[in-house]
Amino acid sequence: MTGTDRILVLEDVRFRWPGRASFSLNVPRFAVNGGETVLLLGESGSGKSTLLSLICGIVVAEAGSVRVCGTDLASLAPGARDRFRAEQIGVIFQQFNLLPYATVRDNILLPLRFAPGRRARAGDAGAEAARLCAALGLAAELLTVPAGRLSVGQQQRVAVGRALIGRPLLIVADEPTSALDAGTQNAFLDLLFARCREGGTSLLMVSHDERLGARFDRVLDLSGIATTGRMAA
Amino acid sequence: MILRLAFASLLARSLTVGMTILAIALSVALFLGVEKVRTGARASFADTISDTDLIVGARSGSVQLLLYSVFRIGNATNNVTWKSYRDIAARPEVAWIVPISLGDSHRQFRVMGTTAEFFVRYKYRGGRSLAFAQGRGLGDLYDAVVGADVAATLGYSVGDPIVVAHGLASFSEHADQPFRVAGVLAKTGTPVDRTVIVGLEAIEAIHVDWKSGAKIPGQTTPVEAIRQMDLTPTAITAAMVGVRSRLQVFQLQRWINQYPEEPLLAVLPGLALQELWQIVGVAETALVGVSAMVVITALIGMMAMIFASLNERRREMAIFRAMGARPTTILGLFVLEAALMAAVGAMLGAALLYAALAVAQPWIDAAFGLWLPLEPPGAREVPVLLGVVGAATLVSLIPALRAYRLSLADGMMVKI
Repeated sequence: MTGTDRILVLEDVRFRWPGRASFSLNVPRFAVNGGETVLLLGESGSGKSTLLSLICGIVVAEAGSVRVCGTDLASLAPGARDRFRAEQIGVIFQQFNLLPYATVRDNILLPLRFAPGRRARAGDAGAEAARLCAALGLAAELLTVPAGRLSVGQQQRVAVGRALIGRPLLIVADEPTSALDAGTQNAFLDLLFARCREGGTSLLMVSHDERLGARFDRVLDLSGIATTGRMAA
Repeated sequence: MILRLAFASLLARSLTVGMTILAIALSVALFLGVEKVRTGARASFADTISDTDLIVGARSGSVQLLLYSVFRIGNATNNVTWKSYRDIAARPEVAWIVPISLGDSHRQFRVMGTTAEFFVRYKYRGGRSLAFAQGRGLGDLYDAVVGADVAATLGYSVGDPIVVAHGLASFSEHADQPFRVAGVLAKTGTPVDRTVIVGLEAIEAIHVDWKSGAKIPGQTTPVEAIRQMDLTPTAITAAMVGVRSRLQVFQLQRWINQYPEEPLLAVLPGLALQELWQIVGVAETALVGVSAMVVITALIGMMAMIFASLNERRREMAIFRAMGARPTTILGLFVLEAALMAAVGAMLGAALLYAALAVAQPWIDAAFGLWLPLEPPGAREVPVLLGVVGAATLVSLIPALRAYRLSLADGMMVKI
């Protein structure tokens, strides 16, 4: 797969939350190329959570298609979609990314549990987890520490390691820096970009912070690609 | 890895999880304990008399015969004449026969007249013989051997005098002919503990001056004269019989039951005990029912605990979902956690019971004559333990299904 292949393509997507007819999302066209880094700017309530859920295959569009690595998510059964997400997408949340009671190592290895293909790509998973930790500036001793004891900044870096392990083709990050202070933010983004470039991984980040834009290949406004409908309930 | 995560998750909530496990453990220990006592009581009951092939008495019901001859409860409706006794003893099938004569009492305890052979032939708990805690068996005419409870209650030891009362609850005593405690029996857990045993002749001796249940006024035969008399009884209450070959039991039983000169009844103690247990055994069912309810209560407590934890674990479920876990995996995780809690609880409960049993076993035996064997979990316990884990798994499906629906609705985004 070369860097110009489309990793993610959304076409004529229409979505409404079941039972919540008041909110709808339409995406005429949106695509992310292989190895590309894209920043979507949008305030909360602009439909970004819904968009990410669509891309991750948690919910399925009513009409149109969501293709990840060439696969139409709607064509997969729910279980297969979950498996597909585990195989192809690394997810980083704003915060509370980790299972607090599980060790850092187990947290990083967690997606591999649901993705045999990704596990195979990771090779020696334990060693790969240790390597990622080192690359993310986390001390080796932290591997066996319950994740709940780490600082927020450390936890976010563990989340990056978890998203990267087994080299998924796409990383979806939902405001991963908003819980960090400015200094930590930059260091965090440096690490994230370096790791993504290293693995040729595409990065789709959603944020409301325009200042981050300079680092990305493309910066789009969420309202430019998606229209949301909101009717009075 | 999922198992490790489940363990870690439980450990992280160690206080509530610990309480839940403790509740399950206590309920399991209670249930197994009741089972243990129940089977122990049943075994002790069935072991009240062993190695005796037939019990013979005047014709009544088999349970009644057993009650008065072995348990010393109630009274015989009639006696067995000495001639009948001699006739039975003369049968070729009979290996040994021990006569029993009841009717008198000492304080609240029954007095039983018998022969020295009783101490050899009476067996309990699968062939155990009576043992003397103090003193020895019947020697002199006025010797008495008291059971462990009699000695403990009345504070008797060897050498103490005993005055036997006529009848069971009467004020007329055989004060003219006092007995002497010759021996005290060790605790058996059988009705022997509550019995005063004297010689068959002694029963005759104290009734020399009596006729039709009343003392003949003004007549007092001196003890020296009594000792010279022929004290062969005219009647006894019952007899324990052992046969030469087990195959002859039914043959002898039929012969006794058809004895033409007197209506007699011969029963197999084992069968009669079973019949009696069926009457007594209703209580045990109630006991098992109550302890089963306690186990169910503990499991419902666990279910409530899981329900209560659902909300705070929505974030955790969302993480699992984002990592590619299916909703069914979430369901499985909850069920697995419940099964783990129940398994630990069940094992802890069993351990608790065995520990308690190991400590209390000798004491229970001494105090209640109830022998609770310390055996590895067997056909009775293992299904109970597995049943608890199975029931916990089943019960946990209810909150697990709720978790399943929550995780479907939440997806990977939880707004908390």
